[in-house]
Amino acid sequence: MEYLMFVVVDPTGEPSDESPEAWVEELDAAGTRLHGDRLRPIEDATTVRVRNGEVIVTDGPFTESKEWIAGYDLLECDSLEEAVAAAAKHPMARAGAVEVRAAWPIDLGDSPESSPAREAAQ
Amino acid sequence: MKYFMFVVEDPTAEPYVPEEDNIGAWVEEMTARGVNQKGDRLRPASEAKTVRIRSGETLITDGPFTESREVIAGYDILECADLDEAIEVASKHPMARFGRIEIRPFWIWE
Amino acid sequence: MVSTLIRITGDWSLAEDCTAEAFETALEKWERDGVPRNPGAWLTTVAKNRALDRLRRATNEARKLKEVAIMNELEEPADAEDVTDDRLRLIFTCCHPALPLEARVALTLRTVAGLTTPEIASAFLVPEATMAQRIVRAKRKITNAGIPYRVPPVHLLPERLGGVLSVLYLLFNEGYSASSGTQLVRTDLAGEAIRLTRAVVGLMPDEPEATGLLALMLLQHSRRDARLDPTGELVTLDEQDRSLWDHAAIAEGLSLVTERGGGYQLQAAIAAVHARAMQPESTAWHEVVALYDRLAALSPTPVVALNRAIAIGMAHGFETGLAEIDRVAASGGLGGYYLVAAARADFLRRLGRHDEAAAEYRRALETAPTEPEQRFLVRRLEQVEAG
Repeated sequence: MEYLMFVVVDPTGEPSDESPEAWVEELDAAGTRLHGDRLRPIEDATTVRVRNGEVIVTDGPFTESKEWIAGYDLLECDSLEEAVAAAAKHPMARAGAVEVRAAWPIDLGDSPESSPAREAAQ
Repeated sequence: MKYFMFVVEDPTAEPYVPEEDNIGAWVEEMTARGVNQKGDRLRPASEAKTVRIRSGETLITDGPFTESREVIAGYDILECADLDEAIEVASKHPMARFGRIEIRPFWIWE
Repeated sequence: MVSTLIRITGDWSLAEDCTAEAFETALEKWERDGVPRNPGAWLTTVAKNRALDRLRRATNEARKLKEVAIMNELEEPADAEDVTDDRLRLIFTCCHPALPLEARVALTLRTVAGLTTPEIASAFLVPEATMAQRIVRAKRKITNAGIPYRVPPVHLLPERLGGVLSVLYLLFNEGYSASSGTQLVRTDLAGEAIRLTRAVVGLMPDEPEATGLLALMLLQHSRRDARLDPTGELVTLDEQDRSLWDHAAIAEGLSLVTERGGGYQLQAAIAAVHARAMQPESTAWHEVVALYDRLAALSPTPVVALNRAIAIGMAHGFETGLAEIDRVAASGGLGGYYLVAAARADFLRRLGRHDEAAAEYRRALETAPTEPEQRFLVRRLEQVEAG
């Protein structure tokens, strides 16, 4: 099963120079890590909303917070526990924070029974 | 250019209208255009696990990395010509109306 | 393994090179650290990463060339007299909605209007280092986020135009208002805003909001020589020497006002009513009220409501005006806004209710934002206290 891992900058973290290269190589070799990348910081983020038919484009991330997502990795694991264990080995667990969330594919085969929007509404 | 698209719940968004939830059409169009590389809905925020290691101690909390009313509900990885195309793609996603969308460029290694 | 790489990278020679490199690295590393549990997977991973790195760098080269071209455009401020497509590309890029508003204004002034960073910093009362950083960050975001350097395609023009117009109006107001800063820079800002708006109108001559903004600017700017008395004090519209108004600017502004009402067109139409009046007494206030009715429907903000209330007072009598001001103030959104008290004070003064007027002038003084406005209110206060 796929798990999305967010690498998070968190001011309460313990600063370190440790690069994630070793973690990346290890998980790549084990087939746990499918892909991942660093993202530009939130100064380069853009938010898009549609309200009353109008597209509203604004500078900035989806929420104002002291913690922000600096990168992601997509993991293939047998369980959430395994994904959490893999995430905990990432240097940013110490220097920042890591969040793990299971993918929840929408079945687009039949009716649009569930989608992020529908979920949000419930 | 590659962009990470955060699909986000937003309590201040337009009220959800099921008949106008066109997620299937969006995925179809964007995949056909080669814009949508990969993406998925994610399990609800309550099922997220956040890991922090502080002073050698591993702290695992339920929930996302930050408390906010806006919560990530899904993601997509986009390949677009420029930001305007990414904006157009994002604006057509149903959650642009019923939530909000953040577009973040990938950090190209230099 | 090479075929895996070819599949991933689509590049035969790259795939072969990286496989070879991976083997070399393997030999080195395995001599040192021992063979890993899954040597095949390790090799593939390393080779894949190398290939991806090389691809990224190659893509970067192409991107970098493009970036350098864009940065050159942004680095060299445009010639003020040169109204070309390049200038319009610059304006729309600098005003892209993905940039923070302050950055749009600063970047437009720096790259399109050619003002120096110190000039812009002083115009906005911000330290030079702050302004410099604001501009640098904006340029970086244009590159990093992939903001295209172009005039938006036709289908995007209407929504992007709004962003450009609001930046230009902000520029104009900085130059038009009497807030502190050197007079010289201020006037240039307003003139520059007008020049840039002309360029945009040239691009979209049938777009009523662009011509509306130009009309509004011209009509407001026409009063620049009458707004301050010889000692530099504020003179209100009804007390201005109208012979000092720039009648050429008025004529041009009036010619641009149309019946098709968007926000700027309506504001321009209101300014036009004042511009047509030879003296304050001949102002067609009923027309102003009707225009504010339309503006309020389009843009129901408390400030528009207050201005409408003032117009109602001038058209239907000061008592009616006072009642309307109170109604607007009660509906909220204007808390502490000094113009509410100032407007009340003005009507009370005209009604001869001097004690009440004095109280309102004092309240207005508490929150008046600039020195010229404060001094004006003090003069009025002294007037009503003298009885």
